[in-house]
Amino acid sequence: MAIRRTQSRAQVRREQALAAAMYPVDWLEERSGLVGGLRYFLFRNVPSDTNWMQTLGSATLTAFIVQAVTGVILAMYYQPTPNDAYASIQNITDHVTMGWLVRGMHKWGASVFIILMFLHMGRVFLFGAYKYPRELNWIVGVLILVLGLTEGFTGYLLPWDQTAYWASVVGINLNGTAPFLGPWLAQFLRSGQEISGETLTRFYSLHMLIIPGGIIALITLHLYLVVRLGVTSPPWSPEAAGRDETEEEPPVRTGLTRPVPHGSAGGRD
Amino acid sequence: MTPGPSGHGPAPTIWPLGFAVGIAVGLVGLVIDPEVIGSLGGAIAIVFGFLWARAATSDMRTHVPVVQAEVREATPAEAAAMPAAAPATPATQKMPRSRFLEGATLGLGGLIGAVVTVPVAGFALLPPFLRQKGHKVDLGALTDFPEGKWFITTFLVDPSEGDVSRRTAFIRNNGPVNNVPSFTIISNRCSHLGCPTQANGPTGAILGEKNVVEHTANGKVLLRPVVPAGFGCPCHGSQFDTEGNRTAGPAVRALDRYAFEIDNGRLMLLSTYSVSHVVGIGAQAKIYKYKLAGPGQHVDGPEQWFYPLQPPHH
Repeated sequence: MAIRRTQSRAQVRREQALAAAMYPVDWLEERSGLVGGLRYFLFRNVPSDTNWMQTLGSATLTAFIVQAVTGVILAMYYQPTPNDAYASIQNITDHVTMGWLVRGMHKWGASVFIILMFLHMGRVFLFGAYKYPRELNWIVGVLILVLGLTEGFTGYLLPWDQTAYWASVVGINLNGTAPFLGPWLAQFLRSGQEISGETLTRFYSLHMLIIPGGIIALITLHLYLVVRLGVTSPPWSPEAAGRDETEEEPPVRTGLTRPVPHGSAGGRD
Repeated sequence: MTPGPSGHGPAPTIWPLGFAVGIAVGLVGLVIDPEVIGSLGGAIAIVFGFLWARAATSDMRTHVPVVQAEVREATPAEAAAMPAAAPATPATQKMPRSRFLEGATLGLGGLIGAVVTVPVAGFALLPPFLRQKGHKVDLGALTDFPEGKWFITTFLVDPSEGDVSRRTAFIRNNGPVNNVPSFTIISNRCSHLGCPTQANGPTGAILGEKNVVEHTANGKVLLRPVVPAGFGCPCHGSQFDTEGNRTAGPAVRALDRYAFEIDNGRLMLLSTYSVSHVVGIGAQAKIYKYKLAGPGQHVDGPEQWFYPLQPPHH
């Protein structure tokens, strides 16, 4: 006769609580498959020797999300008209509760976002992670970088102070010196032949709607490609990229830093 | 098209040559006459490009395999079970229902998309280029501008726009020439990248002179007396002499100037024009005028070919 361990009361209660907690999750999963999708997205296999440097992409994404959230909140208080823009920025900074903090996060976060994009790009370059089959993801990343820089350019005008105004004058005229279509691009950005209130609203619309929409779409594509193609091993990895699960025994560690592949582990010659 | 000698791909055609000619004519036209010759070259390139593409893809388009439906003889039992007079279905239906629906969905969807997109894109792209207003700015009575004196003059181009339309010009009355008043009116917009150039010299109180304020149809007009040795830009260091000629720095041409007219004894500013350089001084100056170009854009020399078409403006 099989011995059946009886469960303690606490165990039973724990299982019941778990079942109750999982019920809505299961309900959702059965009707949408979203839970499985999220699990597929988040719990992927990655090479065993991934590096902290490979978190820079996630850091960049986090910086973008901070920009998006703080930007949406700033839009509640900012007024993109030539007569009120500067005053509304002052109001956000000096009077709105925590306005100084949110504006500061948005202002400094912008630089953080750009810097992280460059660090992430440097990591991908140095790891050789742009190579086949990931070239397309490099291209998408470059487009995100360009749009990110455009965000910086359009956002710089919005405080509508002397620095913002003249920096935008110079920036727009720099665009205007591009051969052939430059003058047209400048006039489009300026919304006419002279800087006016329409330039401000145009930059505002570009800054908070059009360009972020493009960035979000491209980030989605970027992540899709990351999930589809997987994470690369660091260049010093002994494991061949795209290896089978069953291929070889784990490498022997001989030093403090690098795992050494089989066959060369004997001597240090 | 018959297959080429090798049996691979279409035979060589003359269309690419015509395409190249079209491109060449277009490039030459950009320099000589963008509207007529430039668009002529573009049209030639488009026509020959189309013919080229048609020839290059002819193989793909002509050899569509015709697949016959599989048939076999009916067994006697099946023949007996079949209705006596089966409705005559056309053997090869030209447009099956599913393909028609697919095409109709795509076509209608595309049409609806275009109906929505075209006005929106036009609304976003066209206003900066259409109906650009010229301006006429009233700077006050001629008597405010004594002969031979420079003034840093600030004014609103469009008072309804407010401060954002404030502009500055350096103005000197050169005195009458053949009974026609002559003015040197230099825009302070730097011809490098558009920063505000400043007059290099003492102004107002240092000279012991008072600023003049006029209230005109264009709001407040401020005249600050100045004795400039030239004009300089604070952004990137371009320097200009008192005729606006570039003397140093990264600017690519002389400072722009305003056209003007005298209306009932008042000085009226009209549109701006660009200047490559000025020879001579004051009323005797020979000004090499060009259509207004943006800052940083060459108006003369080979570099002007980079800017063959300026967007419409005044």
